[in-house]
Amino acid sequence: MMKKLLLALVFVVPGLALAAGGSNVHLDKAEYDLSDKASLQNGAKLFMNYCFGCHSTQYQRYNRVAEDLDIPIELMEQHLVFTGVKSGELMKNAASEEQIAKWFGAPAPDLTNVARVRGADWLYTYLRTFYEDPSRPYGVNNLVFPSVGMPHVLQELQGIPRAVYEEPLIDGEPQQVFVGIESDGSGEMSEDEYDQAVLDLVNYLVYSAEPVKQERKRLGYWVLGFLVIFFIFSYLLKKEYWRDVH
Amino acid sequence: MKALISWIDDRIPMTKTWEKHISKYPAPKNFNFWYFFGSLAMLVLVNQLLTGIWLTMHYNPTAEGAFASVEYIMRDVPWGWLLRYMHSTGASAFFVVVYLHMYRGLIYGSYQKPRELLWLFGMLIFLVLMAEAFMGYILPWGQMSYWGAQVIISLFGAIPVIGDDLTLWIRGDYVVSGATLNRFFALHVVALPLVLVMLVFLHIIALHEVGSNNPDGIEIKKNKDANGWPKDGIPFHPYYSVKDIVGVVGFLFFFCFVIFFMPDGGGYFLEKPNFEIANPLKTPEHIAPVWYFTPFYAILRAIPDKLGGVIMMGLSILVLFILPWLDRCKVKSWRYRSMLHRINIAQFIVCFIILGVLGVLPPTEGRTLLAQITTFGYFAFFVLLWFYSKNEATKPLPERLTK
Repeated sequence: MMKKLLLALVFVVPGLALAAGGSNVHLDKAEYDLSDKASLQNGAKLFMNYCFGCHSTQYQRYNRVAEDLDIPIELMEQHLVFTGVKSGELMKNAASEEQIAKWFGAPAPDLTNVARVRGADWLYTYLRTFYEDPSRPYGVNNLVFPSVGMPHVLQELQGIPRAVYEEPLIDGEPQQVFVGIESDGSGEMSEDEYDQAVLDLVNYLVYSAEPVKQERKRLGYWVLGFLVIFFIFSYLLKKEYWRDVH
Repeated sequence: MKALISWIDDRIPMTKTWEKHISKYPAPKNFNFWYFFGSLAMLVLVNQLLTGIWLTMHYNPTAEGAFASVEYIMRDVPWGWLLRYMHSTGASAFFVVVYLHMYRGLIYGSYQKPRELLWLFGMLIFLVLMAEAFMGYILPWGQMSYWGAQVIISLFGAIPVIGDDLTLWIRGDYVVSGATLNRFFALHVVALPLVLVMLVFLHIIALHEVGSNNPDGIEIKKNKDANGWPKDGIPFHPYYSVKDIVGVVGFLFFFCFVIFFMPDGGGYFLEKPNFEIANPLKTPEHIAPVWYFTPFYAILRAIPDKLGGVIMMGLSILVLFILPWLDRCKVKSWRYRSMLHRINIAQFIVCFIILGVLGVLPPTEGRTLLAQITTFGYFAFFVLLWFYSKNEATKPLPERLTK
């Protein structure tokens, strides 16, 4: 039924593009920490340097990021605002959607909310599972996002990642079994350093998707605490009023 | 103060209304847990109206600006995130309390004579609420807003002859577009809330005219004292007003827990793809309606034919309207009705919940079969009820209310 409906929609809407994602790769848990300001600052730096060239975070403002991440506003303007705009502006990028679509064949999605669309674990795994694949236009492919349409922008940090196969004998026949991804060591970072850098970046993206997340939880404890106390008093009040009902 | 009150009372029936509906409204003294949900539904309605008004002050109802304005509310408007979460969580909470309120009516026979009209007003509220929720869901203009609307509106296309023209008329365009967003916005913030508030008013007037049912399903008006006050009745205020405060605080605990600690409700209250702006060229992998529609959506999918599915989904809601006339038993509460009736209600609830779960999941062969079985169980409830309720073996009713 659903399939039929969707098929009908395919004909109704011309030029339907394929949905991205949808593989069954195991996702590594991203142990991000929104209270770690150093990690968030490093994540913001990585984001502005490696992602922001193509991807905007157009629903977020520079000065909000500076304020939330304890980055002095002058420092933010000097080192993280590349497009020469005022710090109260939304974080749009310099390249227009049309330009990027022309260069890469599709517009680069806005990443303000990406951590809420994909989940932190997906992002953490995605950024660590690019691997060399000469058959692809940018020479790389990705485990959780097959036929990914972007280059491996963090390659100078990670080095060239290669898929590693083992060839054990199964039933007497040699079989190719994928065991993991390994860098050729040409990057600036070791494997652990790279994982930490990606985690910082993911941390920043989780922050970006909901800047108020820490604050709402902090408030939540007070609200629930108040309600528990209020509940006791309202219950005692009810009991008092109901004493004469039998 | 006294002079002012009598001045007003000479001109409008203020004190009389207060007494009739609040301070001298006789409510049965044995209301239990299930009787909290009427007042809670009212609380959620007020929450939706107030947060809705403030959201409207910052929201931009255009296809170009809607998504960005919601993010503006979440990031730049002071306490905007709280307003938005209160409203989005309120939508789900509304259905939670309304479903439980309807369940209460079902088990204690609150729809039976003389409360048929009360039940009908309630069903109309439920129907308008579904339309209100559906039209509200398109407003953030995320992927699920767009594609959910696309799928649901296309259902009307299954109606023979007028189907295609009807969908065109609803959307105001050949696909879901800014035109659809604008009209849904108008209906969501003006037309439907007005209808909803009027229906709630009628629902309460009807209730206070016939009096409240209770877990025993016997009429307290049959046993009055010398002053004409029901012996088993207590004034709504202060007894139930203070009791409802306890219910309200208990409810607020869960409500605020969701708002402050899991506002997306595990992806069921705010669906993940909806954090991405609507894209007519990119279909999400799996389009599922919000959880409160899924039992009916599962019935739709269970039928292999599109038109048949739409008809069965419509019937599954319409059949609830005629419940007061399908149940021919004179005894109301399931406490004093046959074991068969209790089992019938239990299987109905189980089927409804299973359908709700199935409606969220992508269909497989096994799930479709299960959906067909539970759809059968859903409708079987009403058919069986009509047959056995005429000559049901009921237990003797008590003279006065029990605990």
